[in-house]
Amino acid sequence: MSLKRPAKDQPENFEFNSSSVELANNIITKYPKGKQQSAVMALLYIAQKQNNNWIPLAAMKYIAKFLDMPYIKVYEVATFYSMYNLSPVGKYFVQVCTTTPCMIRGANKLVEACKEKISKNESELLHDKNCSWMEVECLGACVNAPMMQINDEYFEDLDKETTLRILDKILNDEMPKPGSYRGRTSNEPENNRKTLMDLKNA
Amino acid sequence: MLKDQDRIFQNLYNDLGSDVISSQKRGDWVNTKELTNKGRDWIINEIKDSQLRGRGGAGFPTGLKWSFAPKEVNSRPHYLVINADESEPGTCKDRDILRFEPHKLIEGCLIASYAVQAHVCYIYIRGEYFIDGQKLQAAIDEAYEKKLIGKNAAGTGWDLDIYIHYGAGAYICGEETALLESIEGNKGQPRLKPPFPALIGLYGCPTIINNVETIAVVPTILRRGGKWFASLGREKNTGTKIFCISGNVNNPCNVEEEMNIPLKELIEVHAGGVIGGWDNLQAVIPGGSSMPLIPKEKCETLTMDFDSLVAEKSGLGTAGVVVINKDQDIIKCMARIARFYKHESCGQCTPCREGSGWMWRMLERMAKGEATKDEVDMLGDVTTQIAGHTICAFGEGSSWPVQGLLRHFKKEIKERNKFDPIVKENKNIPYLVDQHLLDKNA
Repeated sequence: MSLKRPAKDQPENFEFNSSSVELANNIITKYPKGKQQSAVMALLYIAQKQNNNWIPLAAMKYIAKFLDMPYIKVYEVATFYSMYNLSPVGKYFVQVCTTTPCMIRGANKLVEACKEKISKNESELLHDKNCSWMEVECLGACVNAPMMQINDEYFEDLDKETTLRILDKILNDEMPKPGSYRGRTSNEPENNRKTLMDLKNA
Repeated sequence: MLKDQDRIFQNLYNDLGSDVISSQKRGDWVNTKELTNKGRDWIINEIKDSQLRGRGGAGFPTGLKWSFAPKEVNSRPHYLVINADESEPGTCKDRDILRFEPHKLIEGCLIASYAVQAHVCYIYIRGEYFIDGQKLQAAIDEAYEKKLIGKNAAGTGWDLDIYIHYGAGAYICGEETALLESIEGNKGQPRLKPPFPALIGLYGCPTIINNVETIAVVPTILRRGGKWFASLGREKNTGTKIFCISGNVNNPCNVEEEMNIPLKELIEVHAGGVIGGWDNLQAVIPGGSSMPLIPKEKCETLTMDFDSLVAEKSGLGTAGVVVINKDQDIIKCMARIARFYKHESCGQCTPCREGSGWMWRMLERMAKGEATKDEVDMLGDVTTQIAGHTICAFGEGSSWPVQGLLRHFKKEIKERNKFDPIVKENKNIPYLVDQHLLDKNA
């Protein structure tokens, strides 16, 4: 079980802007009448997106009212799931997978690179609030290990050198190119494909 | 090796494009109407004949599961839920289906919904796969546009709506009842069974929950016949399966192969061999992190299917093969897996919540050679105290890998931890404290 604590400095108010309201109302229609509570996870994402990638307590209160459910239930959900950030993270939020399949292919080198370039400790905001990094559990791209995620995008088949290049880019406020850094476009065995060859050569 | 024409996922490597037109060229959506016209019983029987077993890890017979859905729809509607919360370390097959073969999944959803009489289907995708989820959403939009789903889907006379629900980074939501809780807007904590979801599931209504790969192979099975599928592999372990081979191999890859394929063939032929050669192999985790590892000696002859792996006290699980070579510290590898389970335990049942952290702390000490004399046996004891004493299978999932380590690598642990009977220095070892106090993120 991971433990998450809300940030100390909290804004007083939070409200969805008009596009968020539209998005939220759209999502509620996916669920049966009277089951609008199902939309709470999606609405927390919307709040997170609107509020620089983190969710203040005021947003949870707002969502509770929006969905007509108790505040504590929204709080419960927001603290249970690891992808909701309850305190500010960088504009570029780097998550390095260090679970065993990545670990044995050298994920620690990626962590080293983050420590050198961003900050010594995890989840530490740089003074310009541009970057922060943390270790996370399996991101489900084990065949492309080691890998990391920056915001929504996956960066795969990395080593220390490519990671340093990626981090240099985000420190210059540029989004690097996502995907594999060994030029793979799928999970086929590199230079060793034995199956579906007719399609490959077609 | 499986013949190419017998591979179901022709676009596994995205040679052909994942849009609806390219998918139709590959045979998706071609005669969906004819298939459903043969009736529910025919569909369920054909799936039973194929002996298809769920691809999400537990390997439950799919046809049997579908037959549990009530025959008549009463006041409560039926639901179909697709489990795309792929989070098992070592597994990344569903992601490729979501991004490269979305129409196989969508067509499978229609046929399965028809078979279990559901008009609404939710696809639960892990939050990290947002980009891949967007690709699936684009495919769903295409299908709506072509009237393949929606009202009178694909001319079958059946109405079906498909919605995507994103998770938010909780491994436990891959457990079917936790997944339902999560869709209902709660914390993802598993429910007690019975009642089983087939009778009381989502919103208290009958719900059938299947893995992405299971549903995506259904249309092909119906087109080519259950007999064809059953002719691949061996009795009760039939058909094809996507294997994910990761870790210390030269060419990590996903590959669709026949069930019962020798593990050595998977590693040597498809994944380009172990880094440092076959002799450098130390152990293999055959089916995602929760399955006990298998030492090299047994890998020589091992075949990959549900029953032959159970005979080796392991399991096929999700078929995520993690290869570990001799350059790795096996105790450290397992300690890292234990940390994963400590992080992902939902906290509902005490044995798992406390035990998963306890196992992790002991393994970390063992990796450093700092464990005390009685801890090796204590570790084994803790695993048996967890497995079987929790609401869901997470308890087994977290303790099996540790049991596997103890079964095959006890000698290594004992060698590293010298077991001085008199503990000379106070190592300040915390015993049963709240694990979050030790959590470096706390």
